[in-house]
Amino acid sequence: MPGIPSRHKSIFLLTGVVLLQVLLLALQIKRDSEGRLIRVWTVGAFSPFERAGNHGIGHLRETWRHYFALQNASRENEQLRRENDELKMQVNQLQSKAIEADRLALLLNFHKSHENVPMLGARVIATSAGTASATIMLDRGSKDHIKKNMGVITPEGVVGKVVEVYDNTSEVLLLTDKDSGVGAMLGNSRVQSPVGGAGEPLLVMKYVANDDTVNIGERVVTSGMDKIFPRDLPIGTITDIKPGNPFKSIRIRPSANLERLEEVIVLLTLQPLQMNQETETGKPSASVASEPIGETAKSPASAAATAKPGSAKLAPAKPAPATGSPAPVPASTDAAAVKPE
Amino acid sequence: MNDAFDIRNMESHIEVHKFRGGAIVGATLLALMFQAFVPVYFAKAAMIDLPLLITIYFGLSRRNPSTGLLLGMVIGLLQDSLSGPTVPLGLYGIAKTVIGYLASSIGARLDTEHPAARFALTIIFFGLHQGIVLLTRRILLAQSSVWFTMHLAAAAVVNAIVAVFLFALLDHLRKS
Repeated sequence: MPGIPSRHKSIFLLTGVVLLQVLLLALQIKRDSEGRLIRVWTVGAFSPFERAGNHGIGHLRETWRHYFALQNASRENEQLRRENDELKMQVNQLQSKAIEADRLALLLNFHKSHENVPMLGARVIATSAGTASATIMLDRGSKDHIKKNMGVITPEGVVGKVVEVYDNTSEVLLLTDKDSGVGAMLGNSRVQSPVGGAGEPLLVMKYVANDDTVNIGERVVTSGMDKIFPRDLPIGTITDIKPGNPFKSIRIRPSANLERLEEVIVLLTLQPLQMNQETETGKPSASVASEPIGETAKSPASAAATAKPGSAKLAPAKPAPATGSPAPVPASTDAAAVKPE
Repeated sequence: MNDAFDIRNMESHIEVHKFRGGAIVGATLLALMFQAFVPVYFAKAAMIDLPLLITIYFGLSRRNPSTGLLLGMVIGLLQDSLSGPTVPLGLYGIAKTVIGYLASSIGARLDTEHPAARFALTIIFFGLHQGIVLLTRRILLAQSSVWFTMHLAAAAVVNAIVAVFLFALLDHLRKS
């Protein structure tokens, strides 16, 4: 078989022939894994390059991504910043809604625990335009059966009373208004005295004699004698006591957050309300008194209150008129003189 | 065509022999048949690798590496084919390809006509052949196999002795 005289050609030929037979071997042999040896070899031969290539390409990609492909980074950054701002706004809105839901749940619970008391939830849509008065505007009006002198409360405590009613809105005089007043009594000693506003965040309880024991932190609750609010609704907590002549000067922090009201409850009755037993949470529950107004006044507490001069005016049998003018306070000497022991 | 001629240069005077028509094919087929059938009756005959001896002889005689490796490849693949399904095609093919190449290369440089040279070269090529087969088994086929046994050594000697007589017999197939 002449024709291949070159020695180098024979080496190449040898190499080629041997390789061909190696491939032939590989095509026939199966390993324990039942895979053809050619497959094992191929994978073994290519996998290092694939790994190396993958590693290298990964590096290149990272390098490109982090150093060269930053053309749109500024734009993306701006877009992400906008999205972040929008998301922050949504988070704030959701947080606000969650807080609102908590408040509404509180109102709902309060309403459920006093199902026999007609009441209506309302949303505060405005406040007084000036500092001369402390009023709020509700989104409910005469169409919702709201009338003047109806009490307005929150689960935390007394808010005020309706002083003006429109078709779809109504105006509420807050306790903190200097013309506002509510029949009240001390939670422990049950000493009764009206509580009124002073045009500032704290309320004032003016007609408590120096001899009466009053403690800072003591609860002040409604006495029910104003015929607007049921008894034992929380009004506030005593924060400051100063001796006076002849009455102490007592300042009260309202239980309800009168500066940040958003939802309130309107007591839809002009009938005197009577307290039932206290709820588990310590908050009083109220119901419309089954007995006539006159009979209500004959209860021991009422008797004590009525014995107090001027209390009838403070808590008239009929609901107090819309008051820009507060109920008249008793003369100090008379109050001290007739105050029951 | 009947004349011997110098292959590398005229000074070496190493002859490239031509053989009668069908001599290579006939010798190869006879060797393969012997290898396949004789051990059936004479088990000890299995240690004689006649296809290897044929490869060595024609490689040394033809002294052309290309033809030597191709002949070795053909003989090896045929031997693989006759060795049963447990021997993959290429096991002996690779070994005899390399042996054919080396025999042709050495035959072009050395005078391999002397019986002693043939004896020694056969032992060497037998060892190389076994080494290549073992490497192929271990590396490519992942089959365990011993490198050296006395049986292999004896087989190498036996094959070398047989080669001396066989090669002398095959010399008669050359064209004179």
